[in-house]
Amino acid sequence: MSLWSTFSLPNGLTTVRAVTKFGRPSDEEDLRVAAALSFRDISMTFPDGTEALRDVSFSVDRGEFVTIVGPSGCGKSTLLKIASGLLANTGGTVEVDRERIGYVFQDATLLPWRTVQQNVELLCELHGFDPADRRRLATDAIELVGLRGFENHYPKSLSGGMKMRVSLARTLTLEPPVFLFDEPFGAVDEITRARLNEETLNLFEREQFAGLFITHSISEAVFLSTRVHVMSARPGRLVATYEIPFEYPRKPELRFDPEFARISGEVAASLEGAHT
Amino acid sequence: MSMPDTSSHDSQVPDMTEPLAAADKLRKQSVQRGVAATVVPPIFFGVLLVGVWYLVSYGILEERQRFLLEPPHAVLTEGFLNGANLAEILGGLWSSTKVALIGLSVSIVLGMSLAVAMSQTKLIERAVFPYAVTLQAIPILAIVPLIQFWFGTGQFSRVIVCVIISLFPIIVNTLFGLQSAERGHHDLFTLHHASRWTRLTKLTFPAATPAIFAGLRISAGLSVIGAIVGDFFFGRGEVGIGQLLQKYANRLLGEQLLAAIVMSSALGVGVFLFFGWLQNRAIGKWYDGGGGAPT
Repeated sequence: MSLWSTFSLPNGLTTVRAVTKFGRPSDEEDLRVAAALSFRDISMTFPDGTEALRDVSFSVDRGEFVTIVGPSGCGKSTLLKIASGLLANTGGTVEVDRERIGYVFQDATLLPWRTVQQNVELLCELHGFDPADRRRLATDAIELVGLRGFENHYPKSLSGGMKMRVSLARTLTLEPPVFLFDEPFGAVDEITRARLNEETLNLFEREQFAGLFITHSISEAVFLSTRVHVMSARPGRLVATYEIPFEYPRKPELRFDPEFARISGEVAASLEGAHT
Repeated sequence: MSMPDTSSHDSQVPDMTEPLAAADKLRKQSVQRGVAATVVPPIFFGVLLVGVWYLVSYGILEERQRFLLEPPHAVLTEGFLNGANLAEILGGLWSSTKVALIGLSVSIVLGMSLAVAMSQTKLIERAVFPYAVTLQAIPILAIVPLIQFWFGTGQFSRVIVCVIISLFPIIVNTLFGLQSAERGHHDLFTLHHASRWTRLTKLTFPAATPAIFAGLRISAGLSVIGAIVGDFFFGRGEVGIGQLLQKYANRLLGEQLLAAIVMSSALGVGVFLFFGWLQNRAIGKWYDGGGGAPT
């Protein structure tokens, strides 16, 4: 039951964040002082004896977008819960700053009694920001996800894709150095999903956070990531790793590039093997 | 001309404003149609009932039996238009309304406090819940003589009857509501280190409001019943609507009896509607009443 986490980033990092609110960090600045998130020999066995994860080790730096693909129930989501501290791992160590972690859930998890604006301000409220700051941060984030004009709408009048955008905006207000995505776009239609992928990519290109993304979709994984890990069926282990060579910013047309298809094919073959 | 116009509109960010406006318009139309559809059938049925009433009064009952069911216009003139009779009924109704309101207020404060305590500590829930259920299971008529025995027949005793009868739905609905917040929402609050108090005020309590209002509507109706039952059985002290009902029945004053019944029903319906209105004001703009969300 050894779990520890560092609660402060190296000073250089936090300063960079403060200066570059919603702006692209300048190229000269070296963000890779330390891995923002690292897993070492993580295992997880639930009290009922189910072994969900075995010896998972990898790290995610600032400016890296890492995706884990794997069959259903392989423990991908469990890994995110461990990273965020919602679950305690039974073996290994996690290193991450949990003070302002960004976690985008499978569902949008908006509070139905709050308007879009109020929902986006929620995390700043929980962290005790003063009202003027949280208003400004929320307004910026809403603008960034393209929901200006919808500030006073309640979630019940939003489509699934819009709810997901609100959820993204809510997470953005904290300017989290680490962004965890738990299959966030699994419930929306293909077209919306493609658009949300492009928007996620834009956010990543601007914010240069350390992204850890969970998905079933190979094309989503390849399109977004700097690196894709393939996870085996339970107990989840990393069985293959692919560095994705495409430069950012990436264009939607990348999905039709022959090289894109070739890499996706390799990931698919490896995923096929991971099922057994 | 309109084609290029809409396409240029579409190329802007949200493709959602127009469907929303269209949905608004549709909703307005269906509301108008809905009002007609909800108002006409009950009026029609009401006229039918009055017709049957007349039929029984004049067609079935002979003249010497007619006191059993006086015709509607006699109830109207004797019960509602006769100043002295109306004043008596309204006086009794007011007395019972006060009892019901005090009883309901006590139930709300007590029931919600208990439910919050139970939601915060499993031990308290386990300890208290069986007794809350038992309280609900006690037939109110069985306990009224005991209350009279202990506390007499004053307002205090009547309020107790009201509380006993209206407390349970508040406890159960509030507790159910407080436990209804979604797992994902709890995770979100856990992730951002929310305190117990923050979680209660920003998550579980707001999530509970629809259930709380459902409980309030039930309890409001029950508290009216409690006020009348208490007054009816105590039979003395300040005269409420329950004592009047008893008196009218004993003296074969059919018109006043029916008028008093109509008035007390109106009180019950009134509080039910009031809480429905309050619910709509308080949470109507975000809560979709359990029906499908207009997406």
